[in-house]
Amino acid sequence: MPFKIAIASGKGGTGKTTFAVNLFRYLSQSMPGKVQLVDCDVEEPNDHIFFPEAQFEKLEKVYRLVPEIDQSKCTYCRKCVEYCEFNAIVVIPTVRFAEVNSSLCHSCGACIVACEDDAINEKPEEIGTIRRGFLPSGGRISGGTLKIGSSMQTMMIRELKKAVSGEAPITIFDAPPGTSCPVVAAIADADLIILVSEPTPFGMYDLKLSIDLLRELRKPFGVLINKSGLGTDELHNYLLNQGIELIGSIPFSRAYAGMYASGNLFNDIPEEVAFAFSEILHKLHDRILQHEGDHHSER
Amino acid sequence: MIEYYSMKEITILSGKGGTGKTSVTAAFASIAEHAIFCDGDVDAPDLHLILAPEIKETHPFPGGRKASINPELCTDCGLCRDYCRFDAIHQDISGRYYIHPVQCEGCRLCERICPVGAISSEQSMNNFWFVSDTRFGKLVHANMQAGEENSGKLVTTVRNHARELAKAEGYRFIITDGPPGIGCPAIASITGSKAVLMIVEPTRSGMHDAIRLAELVKGFNIPIFSIINKYDVNEEVAAEIESWLHSDNIILLGKIPFNEVVVKAMIEKKSVIEFDPDSELSYILRSSWTKLVSELENGQ
Repeated sequence: MPFKIAIASGKGGTGKTTFAVNLFRYLSQSMPGKVQLVDCDVEEPNDHIFFPEAQFEKLEKVYRLVPEIDQSKCTYCRKCVEYCEFNAIVVIPTVRFAEVNSSLCHSCGACIVACEDDAINEKPEEIGTIRRGFLPSGGRISGGTLKIGSSMQTMMIRELKKAVSGEAPITIFDAPPGTSCPVVAAIADADLIILVSEPTPFGMYDLKLSIDLLRELRKPFGVLINKSGLGTDELHNYLLNQGIELIGSIPFSRAYAGMYASGNLFNDIPEEVAFAFSEILHKLHDRILQHEGDHHSER
Repeated sequence: MIEYYSMKEITILSGKGGTGKTSVTAAFASIAEHAIFCDGDVDAPDLHLILAPEIKETHPFPGGRKASINPELCTDCGLCRDYCRFDAIHQDISGRYYIHPVQCEGCRLCERICPVGAISSEQSMNNFWFVSDTRFGKLVHANMQAGEENSGKLVTTVRNHARELAKAEGYRFIITDGPPGIGCPAIASITGSKAVLMIVEPTRSGMHDAIRLAELVKGFNIPIFSIINKYDVNEEVAAEIESWLHSDNIILLGKIPFNEVVVKAMIEKKSVIEFDPDSELSYILRSSWTKLVSELENGQ
């Protein structure tokens, strides 16, 4: 039974990537060949930076379909304009003008259905690339990169997830920051979501927004407090009062921040950070085994 | 006399999240004169936590439409699922079709093609934007429902209103605290801006993300300025970023050292400059703002 974990947070820079790559590295060693990491932050993908040893295959291009109006067939009836919910089509019958504004188009296909004159054709437009690779230790690592200037980040995430689904029984999704549609696309099918937060006022405010979202989606989640010691205890108390699972706390370490900066997260980890990580990673490892066990015993 | 032709809109961005956009915006807010402020991070807004706005106007923002299936009319033909390009239509365990509201893009195609008229859609009205007074001037900001897909449009709405206010009341600056990333909300926060200020942290990820952001901004043909924040977390990477900025003709306004005073100020709901006006950080932030203003005025 596959298990999917998503790492998310409302605020950026709380440590999603740091945690996702550590979890991936740990699980791919303890469960060789069974784990994949999928970098769903397609606007600013960073996971690969921490695995210089990874071997990547050729980039795969991802396209979306953008409609084009064939003016030799168009009767300027404006039915497509009426169907388009995103105001992406302009048709002015008096001057025989009909055009699609691709930057507003969501590629939903409604205009094609609307057109009775077979005047609309769809042309592919590149929105980004998918890279797939693997570590010498066997873990699979993939990610998407949104083409600069494209605003189709949500579609890019969906296409990435489709492309890598089923490649490994255990999947870790590293989500983009925020609480809007790209985040939903990244976490929608996860069995467990880990919200990474920091004990600062900004961290706590944005965590509450993420919790609202996950409660609305009825998703199981827990919270990881990163950079613990940097702010106040308020976050810790909030989780207790709300009965929200605390996955663990990782202390703030200036030395570890410097290591992250240079792209090295795994060698010479400061002792207090390593200790906190190992406890959390063990716990998650056990939870995944238990999930597998539960599904075996159901059979 | 109102000289709005000289009004300057500055958008603060970073690509990577958590580099210090909001802390820098709040610091500039506490020293900029004749300025109005915008929170362009409608997904996870934080600027109000420092600016403590007193809301004066509340406006609804029509969000995207969400479709739903009336189970009494639905014949389970599945046509809607075949047409939906957003994989938002699913079958429950008893085979009945339903639409997942947060996956729904709001295109209404399912509603139009349903042969028995079982699908209808409603516009989400749970998003709002506000005009507020703060101790530093006016703030235009927003509250978006979680999972909403119209964040770019909401950013545009907030910024358009700030611009109207600035023109009407003769402000010199619009300072927008932007969203992370380089997708639709970031694009919406750059469009029409006079300059972008990039807050870069000296990390491999921070640099990688800043390079992507700079490439996006170049497409808009507006000047890019930068601040390296927490530069002493890794001076080697900071030096690499500096040489990249130099070779890309991006003006470096200042380098801010790592200091926990930023978090302490945040806890006290103050900008760094208010909290510790005599600190090195406040000095660097003030001089960065002065440099930015003079660059913008000379560049006019």
